[in-house]
Amino acid sequence: MSAGLIVKNLSVNYGAVGAVHDLSFAIHPGELVALIGANGAGKSTLLRALSGLISPLRGEVNWNDVSLLGKKPEELVRLGIVHISEGKAVIPELTVSENLTLGGIWRGDKTDVAAARSETLEIFPALADRLHQRADTLSGGERQMLAIGRALISRPKLLLLDEPSLGLAPLMIEEIFKAISELRHRLGLTVLLVEQNAVSALRIADRGLILSLGSLVTSGTPTELNADPQLRVAYLGI
Amino acid sequence: MFIDTLLIGISSGAIYSLMALALVLVWRSTRVVNFAQSGQAVFSTYIGYEITVRTHNYWISLPAAIICGALLGSLVDLLFMRPLLRRVKSGPIAELAPVIATLGLLGLLQSLLGLLWGNAFLQYASPLSAKGFTFGSHTVPFSPQNLFIVLASALVLVIFGLIFKYTNLGLALRAASFQPEIAQLAGVRVSRVRNIGWAFAGATGALAGAVITPTSTLSPNSLDLLFVSGFIAAVIGGLDSLVGAVVGGLVLGIGFSFILQYIGSSVTFLAGFLILMVVLLVRPRGIFGHKLGRHA
Repeated sequence: MSAGLIVKNLSVNYGAVGAVHDLSFAIHPGELVALIGANGAGKSTLLRALSGLISPLRGEVNWNDVSLLGKKPEELVRLGIVHISEGKAVIPELTVSENLTLGGIWRGDKTDVAAARSETLEIFPALADRLHQRADTLSGGERQMLAIGRALISRPKLLLLDEPSLGLAPLMIEEIFKAISELRHRLGLTVLLVEQNAVSALRIADRGLILSLGSLVTSGTPTELNADPQLRVAYLGI
Repeated sequence: MFIDTLLIGISSGAIYSLMALALVLVWRSTRVVNFAQSGQAVFSTYIGYEITVRTHNYWISLPAAIICGALLGSLVDLLFMRPLLRRVKSGPIAELAPVIATLGLLGLLQSLLGLLWGNAFLQYASPLSAKGFTFGSHTVPFSPQNLFIVLASALVLVIFGLIFKYTNLGLALRAASFQPEIAQLAGVRVSRVRNIGWAFAGATGALAGAVITPTSTLSPNSLDLLFVSGFIAAVIGGLDSLVGAVVGGLVLGIGFSFILQYIGSSVTFLAGFLILMVVLLVRPRGIFGHKLGRHA
């Protein structure tokens, strides 16, 4: 029995090009792991493979001893694995309220869906004021909140977050990361946070993995990673 | 005279709207223009016809044709479009293959109908009179069957409006249509929802066939012209919008009716394409289309 997310020897192509090579790592239950890497390091491709959007060439992915490979994203959501894709994963043509409803549309327990919905609006009160506006009228930060809020209504166990800081102002980045950090403690979430923004990500992470050209360079606690001068220059940009 | 012309226009416009709606439902779910739609609709109408021959009851045949249309739509997606789209995912062929495939399916369905029922013109009878209502000494060219056509179309529009706006299924259909990937990541079973879109479209096309055919005759090609009008109506409306399909259908129906009345029958069909071209030149996304370049 090995709980958590275990990735073993995973290789994934992006189009015809190899994007992730023979990657192995594990995330323990309740852990927040930041996956850091530059543009083109294979971060998004890895997440797309983990959430079933693309099929890897080879390797294994297990979540609490259940193999995830070959399952569609909509099935993985039902297992508690929710991927918030890059670029504010909301449906712009739908209202805020409809976007939230979407997260619980497949769930049988409507009482809990309603409970999750009011908890979400408590966490992100900005959304409560805009329930009947179309999602494309929201600011970038509000859209990211909506994407996370929608995921919360699915009652996730494992969150796969793809660059939540992308295109946001520094203050908003801080707010979103604070929300992520609070949520994972409050709900006991396991989180894989993919980021280019190493500073912000490592501030809230338990561990960091550094990915370059589709391979793992190193991993360690934020303190260990920050202490390595070579890493700081090459990958962390600090 | 003006009112008469308007009434005819609304009646034929209602039918164009239904056909346009069928095309829009498939386009929204799968981004495919289903050229087999008239084949599917006429196939379902033949089933309705066969049931009236056996039961002599139009009111049994009508729901039967609609159910057959829904099943056929669902099957076309499951057995035909899905395997096809899985194989041609990208490249120039991905745009073209579904067009050619649905055209092929149209030919297949119509040939099959010819084999089963022959190519003769059949009479699919409705108990409603095709004679116009009479007011005093004036008979308007608008019959009980026309009234039924308008009412049935309006009912379908209201039902779809309610489903899309107020139900979870409608929300899933819209989400899957706008952003299939995000919908999938939110937990929407996109392929299943798409299939329901095809079934809705099939049912709508079947309804169009089963209410319009009693006003003329039934043959394997009898709905081809209706398809062309429905297609023009859908493009006028923006191909993406349900309201657009209805407005497009009515504009075209009323337009045709007035041209027929005041200019002549020789130019009506030409006028349809003229309207289409003007719309494409002036506003290529259609009256209700949101933006260009949205992709599946």
